[in-house]
Amino acid sequence: MCLGIPGQVMEMTNTNEHLARVDVSGVARVVNIGLLEDEHLQPGDWVLIHVGFAISKIDEEEASLTLATLRLMGQAYSDEMEAFRSSNAFR
Amino acid sequence: MRFVDEYRDPVAARALVARITSLGGDDHFKFMEICGGHTHTIYRHGIEHVLPPSIELVHGPGCPVCVIPMGRVDDAISLAREPGVIFTSFGDMMRVPGSRGNLLKAKAEGADVRFVYSPLDALRIAVDNPGHQVVFFAVGFETTAPSTAVTLLQARARRISNFRVFSNHVTIVPPLKAILGSPNLRLDGFLGPGHVSTVIGQRPYRFVATQYGKPLVTAGFEPLDILQAIAMLLAQIREGRCEIENQYSRVVREEGNPKALAVLGEVFELRPQFEWRGLGTIAESALKLRPEFAEFDAELHYQLPGLRVADPKACQCGEVLKGVIKPWECKVFGTACTPETPIGTCMVSSEGACAAYYNFGRMHREAAVTLGRMSRSAV
Repeated sequence: MCLGIPGQVMEMTNTNEHLARVDVSGVARVVNIGLLEDEHLQPGDWVLIHVGFAISKIDEEEASLTLATLRLMGQAYSDEMEAFRSSNAFR
Repeated sequence: MRFVDEYRDPVAARALVARITSLGGDDHFKFMEICGGHTHTIYRHGIEHVLPPSIELVHGPGCPVCVIPMGRVDDAISLAREPGVIFTSFGDMMRVPGSRGNLLKAKAEGADVRFVYSPLDALRIAVDNPGHQVVFFAVGFETTAPSTAVTLLQARARRISNFRVFSNHVTIVPPLKAILGSPNLRLDGFLGPGHVSTVIGQRPYRFVATQYGKPLVTAGFEPLDILQAIAMLLAQIREGRCEIENQYSRVVREEGNPKALAVLGEVFELRPQFEWRGLGTIAESALKLRPEFAEFDAELHYQLPGLRVADPKACQCGEVLKGVIKPWECKVFGTACTPETPIGTCMVSSEGACAAYYNFGRMHREAAVTLGRMSRSAV
């Protein structure tokens, strides 16, 4: 649960509820971007996602570094991705 | 130097190790990495075996699963067993032992326990199950607490009356103070946590330098980040400086995330005190819901045992969490206590020092011993 996983913003799905669709390693999910309200996120931006919330805006290089490090974590990362995929909050 | 070849940039890694070796000289330095994510990186990448003998890393209290005391797990299980309750938890907490079993056991015995990825998943379950009370087992440092706060703000705005939070959110600064104030631990500096600092920024750590005279460098999660942060700590010491520096500036800002801090302040307030596994009771070290959110507070809504439960005698998680002993020095490590059948919390979470060492460190340690023997016999 402590991991921050990088995702790329694809589109804003609900501005009032601060929701955006992001792509995380090919998995599309809606996450809450309200904590980054001041960053004025745009499609194409990269964010670090923690328990369904974008907590930090990052650049593309940082995103690929983080993904490479996470993949090396093995089980902890696959558990996190599995949980991320199964998240039902934004059906 | 075998491990270095596996790093993203072996040349940069070698240069950093050379710099650390020259800065360290013949002295001995003990640095604490506060964050469980760092502990994981250190063991996963064999960083301890890449570093010269002058540098010793000790693991700190920054794994939120590891610091939850047994009594709180018992409270959680008691909530899960309440009639009509759907109890929701992050997966990491499901296997943390209470005094009589864990949440998985409660589930097997009929309690409705569900694992969720996000507090918003728990809120969704509440919306979908109006006939049930849904309780979310909230754990985590300042990285995770804003997500619970936003979820509570949504619950209030949407008037969702069957959702409660059992808050076990904790804050990072008080345990640091407790560790710095403990008489039997000599530390020369800290690797500051990465993700917590994206929320709280760098300012809250100033006391580490000003009051306790220790340097702190906030670090990223790559092996190169850890090596660079260690070099920065040593450079400070050798240059007679004592500062709070930021190696992870590509993600962590000086002021943190003001929006996240604002929602934290809106929803939570400090508890007068909270028990930490291994560290004992620490004043103003955890978050409870503000009175304005009383209707969502599981602790006000249900009668909880609320008992303080001592750790099993054999378990030395407390010593591990304070950095007094290494995981393999615990009497039950790898024998009675394994990731499959954990006795203590440090063996449960993948970011716990014992689980990280069990999964990766042992192999590296054995490999390093073998390599050392081979290189000695070659000479």
